[in-house]
Amino acid sequence: MVTCLGDMFYPEVGVAIVRLLRRLGVAVDFPAGQTCCGLPLFNSGYHREAREVARRTVPLFRESEHVVVPSGSCAWMVKQEYPGLLADDAGAHREAQSLAARTWELSQLLVRKLGVTRLPSRVKGRVTYHDSCHLLRGLGEAESPRTVLRNLEGVELVELPGADQCCGFGGSFAVRLPEVSTSILDKKLASVESTGAECLVACDAGCLMQMGGGLARRGSRVKALHLAQLLEDGA
Amino acid sequence: MSLLRGGLRPPSEPPPGMAPAKPALERSGPHLREENTLLSAPVESRSFPERAAGATRDRFLQQALTIATTRFVASRDEVFAAFPQGDALRDRARQIKEAVLQRLDHYLEELTANVERAGGHVHFATTAEEARAIILDLARRNQVKLIVKGKSMAAEEIHLNEALEHAGMAVAETDLGEYIIQLAHERPSHIIAPAIHKTKAQIADLFARELRREVAADPEVITGLARGTLREKFLQADMGITGANFAVADTGTIVLVTNEGNGRMVTSLPRVHVALMGVEKVIPSMTDLVIFLQILAKSATGQKLSSYTTLVRGPRRPTELEGPQELHLVLMDNGRVRQLAGTLREALYCLRCGACLNVCPVYRQIGGHAYGDTYPGPIGILMTAMLRGTPAVKDLAHASSLCGACAEVCPVRIDIPRMLIELREHLDREKIAPWPERLLFKACGWLLGRPALYRLAAPLARLGQAPFVRDGRIRSLPSFFGRWTRTRDLPAVAARTFGERWAALERGA
Repeated sequence: MVTCLGDMFYPEVGVAIVRLLRRLGVAVDFPAGQTCCGLPLFNSGYHREAREVARRTVPLFRESEHVVVPSGSCAWMVKQEYPGLLADDAGAHREAQSLAARTWELSQLLVRKLGVTRLPSRVKGRVTYHDSCHLLRGLGEAESPRTVLRNLEGVELVELPGADQCCGFGGSFAVRLPEVSTSILDKKLASVESTGAECLVACDAGCLMQMGGGLARRGSRVKALHLAQLLEDGA
Repeated sequence: MSLLRGGLRPPSEPPPGMAPAKPALERSGPHLREENTLLSAPVESRSFPERAAGATRDRFLQQALTIATTRFVASRDEVFAAFPQGDALRDRARQIKEAVLQRLDHYLEELTANVERAGGHVHFATTAEEARAIILDLARRNQVKLIVKGKSMAAEEIHLNEALEHAGMAVAETDLGEYIIQLAHERPSHIIAPAIHKTKAQIADLFARELRREVAADPEVITGLARGTLREKFLQADMGITGANFAVADTGTIVLVTNEGNGRMVTSLPRVHVALMGVEKVIPSMTDLVIFLQILAKSATGQKLSSYTTLVRGPRRPTELEGPQELHLVLMDNGRVRQLAGTLREALYCLRCGACLNVCPVYRQIGGHAYGDTYPGPIGILMTAMLRGTPAVKDLAHASSLCGACAEVCPVRIDIPRMLIELREHLDREKIAPWPERLLFKACGWLLGRPALYRLAAPLARLGQAPFVRDGRIRSLPSFFGRWTRTRDLPAVAARTFGERWAALERGA
């Protein structure tokens, strides 16, 4: 599943994931008809609209043995919210529960499902990792991305002070309260720069848009990259 | 489908004989809201987003907030890390709160009987106005001139000080933080640290102006000065007013958790003690109290226990040397009872520890005043919705990135992000959200249901963005989009989306 931000702004992440998984011997498909997971609608309170997105999206993956999602927040939406949204319709609810059980955020799929921890690296040097809120607190996942990063050859993982604190993206929050969102971001980026890392890694397109956008505006030498971009050159 | 755990339950009736029970529910609604709005007429006319933006530019505020919240969070994490049974106790505390709400009428009745048995008096206030009237009446009957107060958010909620002062009585706040903001003619900006928004230097300046002398920016000096003034007040005061952290039903004990010992003075020196509390603060027994005390201070300040835990049971007995001659407990509804069957039910679990404020990235940037009402922070948004109705949180409901940090630290695990989403849903359903926003989201929903049209979005966006793209990034966009690009670059929509590249990828390219 490649959701809206990843599809439009970071296609190279999806491409990297496809190549990586194929190299690991996984057959990859991209079922037609995907749009967005509906999280922005859901979080802003537009539940009727989010429900329709869920109702449409669930059957698209009927044939997929496992579903990998590049963003923790989209994975959270599918796993935690789809079944509830479709609770009124027994058939759709059952199918949503099945999809929820088969859906993985990328690092989780690699470490917890495929048992792969040692992967070749496309970058060298010092990297730091930001915990995306939905992956960390929503799905309870702190370890898998770190496991992958720690085992990358030539890469040194430095812990980011306050790694578990929000980057200030929050979907429409970023434009509803832009000054507050930016103030949160400034503190996050100051912390990133204090690590001396050349590369800031996250597992969520939303956080990458926010932190990458902030780093670029500051003219920082730190690059914000998705975990997949370290593993395989998707260019 | 109810997204809130627990769903709907029938509202429990306040106990007979104690309440204007039925009128409580009937009178809620427009009457209540009108009265509250009048009292809390905002001092300033700026909208919430304007206040929030202003706060991010206030350097002193930023400095004060960063120092204080960072310290609170670190202490909390440390003390819980060394307390392995903490998680189980938090679960237990949550269960107790839910059990109390399910039989709130029963526990309030039991509490009332036991307070009265110990010689105290119990009053039931349906609205803020009634609570003020009860306390004013008690003060007048006792010919009160000077009142000393312990820190109480319930008293803040009903704007009690203004009412008492308006009636010609002098009110002295005795909690150091409250004393500071009373001097500054401000309102608390944090549930447990009312003056958190002030730096040491600002407080020293405030004292210097008040006392017309030099004051060093040293907490010990400042505290010493406050103590000197307050000792006199404690001895002169005719009435002490406090809140209550808990009230134990089966013993009739009012419990105050403090750090400065002022709570003890307020409840024992003046002739009359009045405690004001929301009805949800009742707990069944002392055994339950022990559970709450083990997690409250840890969550609030990171202390294992607060310096003082004051248990008040009845007024002075004939054989005792100290204590008030009269004890009054005011139980306040003010919008709470209605929520027993409402979407904000879980917010009634709240212990007012303030942990959710300290970890909230939004609170940490804007502080408490920007929220514009009595209760700030994530829980404050829910409390404001409870006290003033959903339309009052039209903007505030969005003052959260939904990062989930609040739910993680809440000692009774209130799922605040979920309730905020629920409030937002209500704003759409009741058409309270602005129509352009509703139109936009509904249009998005419509588009996302039509993949063929969705595929046209990227080519259209590429056309639209063309004049603004430099090196794959957009640095400036007009109007609404400027809200992003003023401070952040925006990646350009890719030359080929993943969807557009898939056909080639599928062939193995």
